[in-house]
Amino acid sequence: MNLIVSTISQGFIWSIMAIGLFITFRILDFPDMTVEGSFPLGAVTAVSLIQSGHSTLYSLLIAFIFGCLAGFATAFLYAKLNVPILLAGILTMTALYSINLRILGKANMSLTKSTNIFNQFGLDKLPTNFNGIILGIIIIAIIIFLLIIFLNTEKGQAVIATGDNETMAASLGINTTVMKFIGLMVSNGIVAITGGLIAQQNGFADVNMGIGVIVIGLSAIIIGEVIYPDVSLSIRLITIVIGSIVYRLILMIVLQLGFNTNDLKLISAIILALCLALPTIRAQFLKTMRNGVKTK
Amino acid sequence: MKPLLKIKHAVKTIYNDDDNLNILNDINLTINPKDFLVVLGTNGAGKSTLLDAITGTNKLTSGQILLNGDDITGENLAKRSRHISRVYQDPKSGTAPRMTVAENLLLAKRRGLPRRLRLRKLKENMPEFQKLISNLPTLDNRLNTFTEKLSGGQRQTLSFLMAIIQRPELLLLDEHTAALDPQTSKDLMELTNKIILEKELTCMMITHDLSDAMKYGNRLIVLKKGEIILDLNKAEKDKLTESDLLQYF
Repeated sequence: MNLIVSTISQGFIWSIMAIGLFITFRILDFPDMTVEGSFPLGAVTAVSLIQSGHSTLYSLLIAFIFGCLAGFATAFLYAKLNVPILLAGILTMTALYSINLRILGKANMSLTKSTNIFNQFGLDKLPTNFNGIILGIIIIAIIIFLLIIFLNTEKGQAVIATGDNETMAASLGINTTVMKFIGLMVSNGIVAITGGLIAQQNGFADVNMGIGVIVIGLSAIIIGEVIYPDVSLSIRLITIVIGSIVYRLILMIVLQLGFNTNDLKLISAIILALCLALPTIRAQFLKTMRNGVKTK
Repeated sequence: MKPLLKIKHAVKTIYNDDDNLNILNDINLTINPKDFLVVLGTNGAGKSTLLDAITGTNKLTSGQILLNGDDITGENLAKRSRHISRVYQDPKSGTAPRMTVAENLLLAKRRGLPRRLRLRKLKENMPEFQKLISNLPTLDNRLNTFTEKLSGGQRQTLSFLMAIIQRPELLLLDEHTAALDPQTSKDLMELTNKIILEKELTCMMITHDLSDAMKYGNRLIVLKKGEIILDLNKAEKDKLTESDLLQYF
């Protein structure tokens, strides 16, 4: 039971990262590799600040700002210097590795002797692992609420239109360059907050902790879409949370079956590949079934 | 009458290693308010390049474009969009597929205006949108339908409505019925003509359809190799037959 609660708790926290990734991957319609650098950026920023005596909330705020700056760098390369988005993200991600090392001063740092947000504000009085669930729900509710409000503003609609059809958006007078900046900055800001939270939950920050996070985020988004195919944008944000929890539960089951934890990233990639292929497999299956019925 | 649009000595050159090509070759054109100008020409004649130059999508190599007497040659697409709207040939080019019909119309209603950090007014605008589509059987009751679920004809009708929902000073139609089946194309062309006449819009329409070119508009020009080789007013145009026009191709 404790394992399931812990898994759900992780699902909630990681879904925040997936919501951030959703802004670029689905709303702006391009893959942003920056997240593999902005995630550890948030982690090292939060841990460094907490270790130097700052509050946990302040550390998350600064992590958000730094994440936004990482998104700004990618947006500048992509939207101003015309570097292809994939390459722009990889360049920022690579540069962030050195920046993260500079911030932390070493490859990893423990938080064991410091306080963290999971045992503050009365959360420490909750049963084991329920603090992650409650904190996750609170942060997710705030982020989803703010995102829904933003996406329903004129500017938010302009961001959606830019990702949906840039030619049309530009012909309606929307400054699509600015919209890409906004999307990339907010996305990486949210991803960096998640980095800061995961570092506090795990009790340490490591400059390598960003490897593979894009797969985790995409899995949550895709699983949410597979389970709930046709929903509004607001509901989609909630399905990402469900997708993230389902993904964590699948991973837990796989590991319980006796797979080696060293194979975790391989298993993650396979789960994502299966989820991505599922609509095609399902369509092929239905087509075969229909043909079978006709033949009979 | 003060001209709405004046194009002076417009040249657009494509630079190649061995040969430079003038897509637009010293184009001079004046469009007056309420002109419904039909543009004919073979592929590569420079028709879409001319529209690109007017909207600011593609800048001229040399020449000048004046709108209401103001020089807009150096202005970007966003600034010009306040005055000029365009419907593209491809039904997918003019709409946002993952937004609803109403959301697309709302976006278009603020064409050329700044997008502020304030809540959009979708509900308040629904009666107006409902009225706009009420006489269009293809779009009726589809305000909340995602655009990606619409047919090509429905999407192109929506693109056209988006182009005129906020009255443009100049409406540009870039073969906007070319990708549709004959009946849908005819229906949209009739709707286009009706709205242009009702709202007294100034319009420049590119078409490859000679019968449409003869039937609609009060002025006709033919472009060939980047030059205007024929410019007819309504009376002159009415004297021509389709076969007369064919000799210019």
